[in-house]
Amino acid sequence: MLCERCGKNPATVHYTQIVNGVKSEAHLCSECAKEVGATFGGNLQGMMSGFMPFVFGNNFFTEPFGPGSFLSGFMDWGMSPGTVEEELRCEYCGLLYSQFKKTGFLGCPKCYSTFRERLNPLIRRVHGSSNHVGKVPRRKGGNLRIKREIEELRAQLDEAVKKEEFEKAAELRDRIKDLEKKLKG
Amino acid sequence: MSWFDEKGPEGDVVLSSRIRLARNFEDLPFPDIISVEQSQVAIKRCKEALLDKGSSLSPQLQFLDLKAMDDTSRQALVEKHLISPDLARNYSKGGLILKNDNSVSIMINEEDHIRIQCFAAGLNPEAAWDIADKIDDLLEENESFAFDEELGYITACPTNVGTGLRVSVMMHLPALVKTGNINNVIENINKLGITVRGIYGEGTQALGDIFQISNQVTLGRSERDIIGNIRGLAMEILNAERSTIEALLKSSKLQIEDMVYRAFGLLSNARVLTSEETLRLLSDVRMGVNMGMIDVPITVLNKLLIMTRPANLQLMCGRRLEPYERDIKRAEYVKEILKTQSGGV
Repeated sequence: MLCERCGKNPATVHYTQIVNGVKSEAHLCSECAKEVGATFGGNLQGMMSGFMPFVFGNNFFTEPFGPGSFLSGFMDWGMSPGTVEEELRCEYCGLLYSQFKKTGFLGCPKCYSTFRERLNPLIRRVHGSSNHVGKVPRRKGGNLRIKREIEELRAQLDEAVKKEEFEKAAELRDRIKDLEKKLKG
Repeated sequence: MSWFDEKGPEGDVVLSSRIRLARNFEDLPFPDIISVEQSQVAIKRCKEALLDKGSSLSPQLQFLDLKAMDDTSRQALVEKHLISPDLARNYSKGGLILKNDNSVSIMINEEDHIRIQCFAAGLNPEAAWDIADKIDDLLEENESFAFDEELGYITACPTNVGTGLRVSVMMHLPALVKTGNINNVIENINKLGITVRGIYGEGTQALGDIFQISNQVTLGRSERDIIGNIRGLAMEILNAERSTIEALLKSSKLQIEDMVYRAFGLLSNARVLTSEETLRLLSDVRMGVNMGMIDVPITVLNKLLIMTRPANLQLMCGRRLEPYERDIKRAEYVKEILKTQSGGV
């Protein structure tokens, strides 16, 4: 097997990570492994730590490695070898994608639209998902909030039916109907 | 009053729970590249939303000007976990809104425009979340946060998008460390499909046997799920710690007692104490308290943990101290507190 990063040398370093039950693998040659993390032995932890849902440390704020250090290792693995990356610039804040690769920080919220195609695979690798399922802001959420509420109620409805709590189920069904009307209206 | 002045649920093992929520204004560049004027806009918005609007929380909140403080005062806030080392270094564009009992700290222009932090004593991330959620709602009444239907709340670093939530639990695990069982615990975490392997190399033992457990994944899970996961994991580790304590009491009670009483003896009588030695001894004493060998309120130990750190010690003395002077003052302080506030051996 050839190294996924350079495509030239045989891959001698392999590892697997599991985030949110999503498994992904990396196969690198020792050269690339070194580049990805200065010395693989020491920095493997650094790279991995970013993917660890749980981090131990004695300081509340110390995350073991800066975001840039592990993000950068994973940024371009999807690219075919030898391609020269086209430089992208966010038209709102002026940040270059190459700057983000160095620091791990984007320049402004609009960078996410500008760099979307490159960021999405990265985000999926980091989080094992690219779909937000948590809190939705009242102000901006609008319909999304209602959709989420419907999803939530549907789950409760399934639960109620399973437990044969039919009165509760009927109530939930009515609330879902009301919300669906609201969504259309 | 502060979280460390009370003993929370599972307070024998869990010191505190913390919730951190990252939020950003949609129309400003992130703090990393924000201009001075724009940074002031972010601060003004937070002050208006939280302090000027007259919510029930407002009277308990105050804005602290980090620029007006000296290094020691900023460092003391770091030692209390109220601001990050990053904000203490890059304070010129930053701001801080603090609740009078130190249970809420809102960092402005740290890595993100807003980082709401809420603390609760013991294992109680739910209580901390409720407050963080309310503060988020209060802020949002005035302001539009950067939000994307797919990615959720937008943050300066993609590792925090989605919920923007980090749940952390600080745990004291001396028995697991002393028996080396901490490695088994980590293996068990691995079995849950979570990668922890490798982080526990030799020599990475946390000072004072205190560990922090927190989620890394912020996207694709609801806040409740993330909090529930951390709680579940914390409970597992906590049970492991408690059963190890029981095992130790059975197998080597005398040795443990010897260690605990030595630590208490040193803390109560030493004339010079370094900060590291203090943390180590406090860990042994805390273990003795949990084993019922010694009578010191856990809250006193919590307080000593923070007040013996270099910056807080200097603030308490009201002046800068050379390291050796600090070690003398620290010993005096610890001795005094243990004399007046503990029931002793």
